[in-house]
Amino acid sequence: MTLFKSLSGLALSAALFSSTAFAGEIILNSDHSDPAPKKAMEELIADFQKANPDITVKWNNFDHEGYKSAIRNFLTADAPDVAAWYAGNRMEPFVKAGLFEDVTDVWEANGLNDQLKSASASMTIDGKKWGVPYTYYQWGIYYRKDIFAEQGITPPKTWAEFLAACEKLKAAGIAPITIGTKALWPTGGWFDYLDLRVNGYEFHMELTSGKVPYTDPRVKAVFEKWGELVKAGYFIENHAAIDWQDAIPQMVQGKAAMYLMGNFAVATMKDGGLKEDQIGFLQFPEITPGIPVSEEAPTDTFHIPSGAKNKEDAKKFLAYLASPEAQTKMNATLGQLPVNNKAEQPADPFLKAGFEMLSNAHALAQFYDRDANAEMAKAGMEGFQEFMVKPDKLDAILERLEKVRARVYK
Amino acid sequence: MFLVYVLVPIFQSIWISFHDWDGLGAKTWIGMANYVELLDDDTFYTSLKNNLIWLVLYLLSIPAGLAVALFLNQTVPGIRLYKSLFFFPFVISQVVVGLMFTWFYAPDFGLFSKIIEWLTGEQIAILADERYVTYGIIVAGLWPQTAYCMILYLTGLNNINPEQVEAARMDGAKGAKLLWYVILPQLAPATFIAMVVTVIGSLRSFDLVSIMTAGGPYGSSEVLSYFMYEQALSEYGFRMGYGAAIAVVLFLIMMVFISLFIVRMLSQERNA
Repeated sequence: MTLFKSLSGLALSAALFSSTAFAGEIILNSDHSDPAPKKAMEELIADFQKANPDITVKWNNFDHEGYKSAIRNFLTADAPDVAAWYAGNRMEPFVKAGLFEDVTDVWEANGLNDQLKSASASMTIDGKKWGVPYTYYQWGIYYRKDIFAEQGITPPKTWAEFLAACEKLKAAGIAPITIGTKALWPTGGWFDYLDLRVNGYEFHMELTSGKVPYTDPRVKAVFEKWGELVKAGYFIENHAAIDWQDAIPQMVQGKAAMYLMGNFAVATMKDGGLKEDQIGFLQFPEITPGIPVSEEAPTDTFHIPSGAKNKEDAKKFLAYLASPEAQTKMNATLGQLPVNNKAEQPADPFLKAGFEMLSNAHALAQFYDRDANAEMAKAGMEGFQEFMVKPDKLDAILERLEKVRARVYK
Repeated sequence: MFLVYVLVPIFQSIWISFHDWDGLGAKTWIGMANYVELLDDDTFYTSLKNNLIWLVLYLLSIPAGLAVALFLNQTVPGIRLYKSLFFFPFVISQVVVGLMFTWFYAPDFGLFSKIIEWLTGEQIAILADERYVTYGIIVAGLWPQTAYCMILYLTGLNNINPEQVEAARMDGAKGAKLLWYVILPQLAPATFIAMVVTVIGSLRSFDLVSIMTAGGPYGSSEVLSYFMYEQALSEYGFRMGYGAAIAVVLFLIMMVFISLFIVRMLSQERNA
């Protein structure tokens, strides 16, 4: 009797926990737990089911942090049919471990090579496409328009103008640049942009994929420019103690004037009480003249795990996700930019500026911690933070990073 | 149960520490390479040093707990309320303690920063300064730990033999002498337990580091347990082998102390 009981219990639990998709069902795992992304996903799934009445989507929504470790488990053990992840080197370990499905055919069949051109490079590994990008957002310098006007500063276009603007602000008792480096990643934005402007996108990609030593003079040149800002005290004090959100009140209170950040910061600035006409957006100024201008645009993507049970319908989902209509609607909710160049332009002034900037960009970097190997990124960003506190220790920092690079990219 | 959930994983960890493994693919046997690399890793030495600072300063919670216990061990109306208030930090989660102290130290609006600014005229961001950061976290840790030791001592004080105290008083013992020669020897078991939990607690310190600084600024407040987590399980890690190697080192350090405690317990049992 007990044996029978336990057996039927097993069968029951198997029925409860198995993720075997029925024909016409796809299981989708993602980390859209914040309100706006959650709403965008709900709409996307509803619209997809309307367009494909024979397919139902079963959606498991994870929280953002937990997802990073969860994905490693479910890709190996119990793969869904579609999973959210990120472009560039972030997806590389999964591609190399054979956990993601090659979706080059989805790109070919739907003309995506042309429509998603801007993100094509960051979705390609070994000449194949491994997923479909659906949203990105620009980075740049957000500044207080009214403070600039008061101080008689025009938005700087070159490095010399930028330094002059900082000097003017500092003289007026305003911290030129706000930043919070407690979580490390905001430092990556500065490093990326300085590197993109000093050496250009190709060098930046070589560096982040571990082909260039960190002790290279070209890397030192980046820190030289950065040091000009650090040594002159243009960044706010005690930035290592605060998170990125905590750096915004400085700007709202008028104690600081500029913030190099992703477009998601605008919402927080408005919540803090800044009006739209107080916030300006400027492209990171030119440093080395003549270098093709590249930008930072971290891209979110969807992939098909190689262990998926219903790949056919999953591919339909990716094709739908790539379409201009889906991306227009989704990004309107997300407040971000559609990757598809046939999608409608956003109405929001900041997104408009970003859309134009990214459309004309020579290439798009993903962000230091997505372009570089994860371990290298951690060590690198720690080094950047240390440099921003102790610029004199640069040589020791670069040697340490070189040690990490030599180990990570054996 | 003990076998499956404690002993086997210990040996599994030791086994993993000889491999290069990302938790996804196949394990590659690399022998002692993880340990060799560990000896050449600056962060490892930082963590070790911080663990040592933790160990030494964390022991302060024992005398502090004793002092609070002696102070509370009197019969005045409302003493229970005071006891509860002192015990409070041990009841709330370490995460909450960490957050409270983070705000306490926060530049611009934290109470501590305000006081420092008022005294010296400039701000110090404790958690962003590599010189103070570990001490800042330890202070936060001492608060609940002191409460814990206090409870241990209060229970000990309840069991004090009143006749001995009376006799000592007859012989004219007072204050410090009475405490040292009569009370403390009777509190020895409580001291021993407090010692054990404090030493192990200091070596295990993880939650406060994780909440307050995440090992920062630039890795200067790392401790072994957080370092292990970072290498093996965090967003930028997934070096299971290396993490396991750190875990083994931490385990060996703990074993030294635990063995000492066990030896002592055994010898006491024999003498009893």
